[in-house]
Amino acid sequence: MAKKILALTGDQAAAFAMKQIEPDVLAAYPITPQTEIVMNYSQYAADGLVRTEMIPVESEHSAMSACVGAVAAGARTMTATSSQGLALMWEILYIASSLRLPIVMPVVNRALSGNINIHCDHSDTMGARDSGWIQVYCENPQEVYESIILAIKIAEDKEILLPVMVCQDGFITSHGVEGVETLEDDKVKEFIGEYKQEFSLLNVDKPLTYGPLDLQDYYFEHKRQQAEAMANAKKKIPGIISKFEPLTNKRYDFIEKYRLDDAEVGILALSSTCGTTKVVVDELRKEGKKVGLLKLRFLRPFPAEEIIQALSKLKAVAVLDRSESFADHGGPVFNEVRSALYELNKKPLMTNYIYGLGGRDVGLSQIKSVFEDLFKIVEKGGPKSLVNYLGVR
Amino acid sequence: MKKKGWKEIPIAGLITEAGSAAKYKTGDWRTFKPVRDEDKCIHCLICWIYCPDSSILVKDEKMVGFDYEHCKGCGICASVCPKKCIKMEKG
Ligand code: SF4
Ligand code: SF4
Repeated sequence: MAKKILALTGDQAAAFAMKQIEPDVLAAYPITPQTEIVMNYSQYAADGLVRTEMIPVESEHSAMSACVGAVAAGARTMTATSSQGLALMWEILYIASSLRLPIVMPVVNRALSGNINIHCDHSDTMGARDSGWIQVYCENPQEVYESIILAIKIAEDKEILLPVMVCQDGFITSHGVEGVETLEDDKVKEFIGEYKQEFSLLNVDKPLTYGPLDLQDYYFEHKRQQAEAMANAKKKIPGIISKFEPLTNKRYDFIEKYRLDDAEVGILALSSTCGTTKVVVDELRKEGKKVGLLKLRFLRPFPAEEIIQALSKLKAVAVLDRSESFADHGGPVFNEVRSALYELNKKPLMTNYIYGLGGRDVGLSQIKSVFEDLFKIVEKGGPKSLVNYLGVR
Repeated sequence: MKKKGWKEIPIAGLITEAGSAAKYKTGDWRTFKPVRDEDKCIHCLICWIYCPDSSILVKDEKMVGFDYEHCKGCGICASVCPKKCIKMEKG
């Protein structure tokens, strides 16, 4: 059977990937703009297309708690959320990663309150970047679909065993229909294999305790193990991607370089803004301007070496942050990227743009203005200001 | 005992052995310890029912003493004893 191309929104692409994965348990609570994922999945379950145990819970705190219990019991488990839902899961996010439970969770990025806003920015998952979860950011529904399948394999790897958030932009990606090339069900099932929880709570022959009191004497050692698991993720993800490559004929690395190798100036961005930026790069390239894009796909583990390698030859780089960290010193992505580049003897000039908060649209002209600014920065030998607000009045 | 390093212990703080809590000596958390006046004790075992740390030792249905390696000195036994024959003393 040939690969089917389906017209899917980002949410539907996530639900479709989940249907093919067919987790044993799905515990979730609806929240805009994620609701369609769980809504579609509930339909699959109601139609008898999946055998998943659906747990409709009363909050996201309970959703993540139910996931923790289910994975510890030995079930392959998924959920999905956005914004306030992720915020309400907060304390259990840390417990899931600390207990090394490979939960895969699509997150549809949405601004955090207040004031209440249902549209895209990355403040929700940026806040959770230190929670010990692997984080993947997707440009479009195609990437959402493939990344979710890939995430199962990454999360469940014996040397990793960490939960994964697969992020997409609220409404822009989650509700935009695109053609998504899908794999056959059996190919997906074969790739992910069967989930075997080595430390199952339900295995009465090997009784064990999850989550005991862990004080000054061993807590630190367990955190060290978690840090090692993330380092293992860094080492093993390329190999897992290589196994996925023949199925999709696509290479999903930690980063994606777009016309960057001979570029003079470049933009680093995440998710759907990369699509917009690619169009601008093509337009400016036609005018002979040497511009490029670095798309960051994985924020955790943080691909520092890859970023250094990709940006080292540029004269100036603008990092686009779709969230504000209120440090008065730039957004979260900017600070991590800038810190990575400290290793270089000859560093590119850098500037930061906070943009798109609360779903504020970012168009071609704005991205173009960033490239124009970058050329000015090169000319003047430095940026006017370290942090800029793109598209604010 | 030399404590193990992060490479030598199970991941995630898992305890892979059942009933291992007995190995964790909690007696030194205590400020006051229960001491019983044997002559007054009627062996009703109410202290045994109430002790939250399973630290009342019983033999042949008789109260025979305290497990001081695990007794945390909460004083519940002294409080519930109908004969008031348990005193909490320093140590
Ligand atoms: S409660 Fe008091 S009287 Fe009863 S067994 Fe314990 S010490 Fe003895
Ligand atoms: S003091 Fe508390 S812990 Fe100790 S024996 Fe009495 S009830 Fe048990």
